[in-house]
Amino acid sequence: MSGLLTVFKKEVRENIRDRRALFNSLLLGPVLFPLLFVGLMWFLESAERERQAQTLELPVIGAEYAPSLIRFLEQHGAVIEPEPENPEDLVRSQEEQVVLRILPEFPEKWSEGLPAPVEVISDPSRQESNAAIMRVKRLLSAYGSQIASLRLQLRGISPQLASPIMIKDVDLSTPKSRAILAVIFLPYVLMITAFTGATHLAMDTTAGEKERKSLEPLLINPVPRWEIMTGKMITTTVFAMASLALTLVAFRIVLPYLPVGAFGMDLTLGLSTLLKILLIISPVAILAAALLTLLASFAKSYREAQSYMGLVILIPMIPSLIFMANPIKAEAWMMSVPLFSQNLLIGEIIRDEAVPLDWYAMSIASTLVIGLLLAAMAATLYNRPKLIFGSG
Amino acid sequence: MPVEPEAFALFHIVDGAVAMIVVKNLYKSFGEVKAVQGVSFEAQDGQITGLLGPNGAGKTTTLRMLYSLLPPDSGEILIDGLDPSKDAMEIKRTLGVVPDSRGLYTRLSARENIEYYGRLHGMSNPQINGRVDELIDTLDMGDFIDRRTEGFSQGQRVKVAIARAMIHRPQTVLMDEPSNGLDVMSTRALREYVRSLRSAGHSVVLSTHIMQEVAALCDRIVIIAKGEVAADGTATELLERARCDSLEDAFVKLIGSEEGLLA
Repeated sequence: MSGLLTVFKKEVRENIRDRRALFNSLLLGPVLFPLLFVGLMWFLESAERERQAQTLELPVIGAEYAPSLIRFLEQHGAVIEPEPENPEDLVRSQEEQVVLRILPEFPEKWSEGLPAPVEVISDPSRQESNAAIMRVKRLLSAYGSQIASLRLQLRGISPQLASPIMIKDVDLSTPKSRAILAVIFLPYVLMITAFTGATHLAMDTTAGEKERKSLEPLLINPVPRWEIMTGKMITTTVFAMASLALTLVAFRIVLPYLPVGAFGMDLTLGLSTLLKILLIISPVAILAAALLTLLASFAKSYREAQSYMGLVILIPMIPSLIFMANPIKAEAWMMSVPLFSQNLLIGEIIRDEAVPLDWYAMSIASTLVIGLLLAAMAATLYNRPKLIFGSG
Repeated sequence: MPVEPEAFALFHIVDGAVAMIVVKNLYKSFGEVKAVQGVSFEAQDGQITGLLGPNGAGKTTTLRMLYSLLPPDSGEILIDGLDPSKDAMEIKRTLGVVPDSRGLYTRLSARENIEYYGRLHGMSNPQINGRVDELIDTLDMGDFIDRRTEGFSQGQRVKVAIARAMIHRPQTVLMDEPSNGLDVMSTRALREYVRSLRSAGHSVVLSTHIMQEVAALCDRIVIIAKGEVAADGTATELLERARCDSLEDAFVKLIGSEEGLLA
C-alpha cells in the first residue's frame, strides 16, 4: 500500500502546483456557480420589480364608448394613449405590449345589462409582456366586479349573494419549503460540481500522463498497477470533495445577500445542514472520480479525453432536469438510484423535512457500491498494454 | 546459438561468462503486425549488449517484453533467473529501465521526479537522499536538480530519466535508444556513463539504430531486422562473418538491405 500512498502524495503535490487543476476544481465550481445563482436571482427580482413599477401605457381603441371605464383605468395608474392605427401590427412588432379595444356595441350592451365586450390585444408568448397583460386584465375584472356589486345593490340584492364561496388560504408551507428555486438549483449545482471538480484531475492523471509519455516509465516501477490507479483516483476524489465543500461554503456566504422577499425564500445553511449535504454528496465524488478516470484512461491525449467529458457532464444534469420538468415525491426505492437519491435528499434537507435515516444509508451505500465497482474496473484497465501505449 | 533446456533453467554459460539476460525464441504480434519473430540473444554482466536495427525492427517491443510491460506470445525470457511473465514485481526491482518514453513531470523539480521513483521502489528518505547526491555527481546534474523540469533540454531530460531509472541501484540496465535527440556533448557524456556502468559490473542492454553507437560502446552486437535476429557477436566477429572492412557495410550486408538505416 505504500505505493498507493506515494502516488497519492505526488499527484496532490503536482496538481496543487497546476493552475489548471486549481482553477477547474477549486475556483470554477465554488465561485462561479454561487455568483451565477446570486446574479440570476438579482436579475429576476429587479426585472420583476421594474416591471411592476413601470407605468402602464395603454393604447385604447374606442375610448369614447366607455368613458367611465377609462376614468377607472386612469385612476389606477394607467396612462391612456391615443388610438393607434393598426393595433395588431403594433403588438406583433413588439412596439406595444398590450392594446385595449372597446367595441362599438359596448354602450348598447352596457345599458342593457349584458356583458359588454372589450378586447385585450396581446401576445402572451412574449414573456416580457406578461406583467402588462396581467395588470390590464386585473384592472378590467376589478372594474367589472365593482360595477357588478353596484348593480346588485341598486336592485336591492346583497352583493354577497354573488360570492357563494369564500376561499381562505391556510398555508402550511414553511418559509423554507418555499425556497423552491434553491431546492432545484442547489442539488443541480452540487451534482455538476462533483463532476467538474473531478474532471481535470481524472484526465490529467491518465490521458495527460500518457500524452506526456510518463505513463510507461511509471508502470515499470515495482508497484502493482491497481495501486497506482487507485492512488490517482483517490487524488481525484479528494479534489472533487474539496470542490464540493468549497461550493457549499460559498453558498453559505452568499445566501444572506439574496433578495429574500421577492421569492418567499428564507434559506440559511447551518453547519449541520452543510455537513449533512456533504456527507450525502461525498459518494457522488467517488462515483464521478471513478467514472471519469475509467473513461479518460481510454483516451490517448488530454484533448481526446476532453471530447468525452462534454457528454459525461450531461449525466449529473439528468436528474435535476427531470425534477424541474416533473417534480416527484421522494420514495424509498428512489434512494437506490445514484444522483437521483442525492437530488431528492438535498431537496428534503433544504426544505427541513425529516428524512428517515435508512434513506441516507441507502443512498450512500448504493452510490458507493457503483462507484467502487467502476473504480475496480478503472484500476485494472492498465493491465491492458494497448491502453498504456495508446496505439492499436 | 542452441541453448540446452537444463542450462536455460537458471543461468546459461557462454564463453565462461554468466548470462544475466537470456532471451529465447521470442514472438510477439499486434494483430496482423508481426513485431518480433523468434528473437534470441544473451547479455552478460560487465558487458554492454547493443540491439542494433533499423526503425521498426522490433527492438522496442523486445525491450518492453524484457521489462514485463508486454507479455510475449511465446518464447522465454530469464533475467537473473527470473521470468518477467511470472515474477514481474521481482524483475522490476532488479531492472533499471530508460524506456523510449522519457516523459518527466514538468510541475516537479528534477529532484522530485527522481525521488518519486525512489519512493515507488520503497526506498527510505535517507536512502533516497544519499543516492540522489551520488547521481547528481555522476550525471553532473547540480545546475538544474532543483529546477522544475519544464523547458529542460533533451540532454537534461535524459539525465533525469537515467537518474530515476538508476535510483534503486539496479544490476541490469535496459535503455531504449538512449542517445535519441541528444547533441554531441550529451551523447559523449551518456556514453561515458554507460561505460562506467560496465566497469562497475552492470549488465547493460541498449537498443539503437545508430551504427557509431554500437561501434563505440558495445561489447556484443545483436542485429535485429524485421523482427528477427540477423546476426549476433562481437564487432570483430561480425566483420569476419560478413567479410567486410567497415561495420556499416557489414550491417547492410547482414540485414540484407539499406532500409531504415538513414538516421
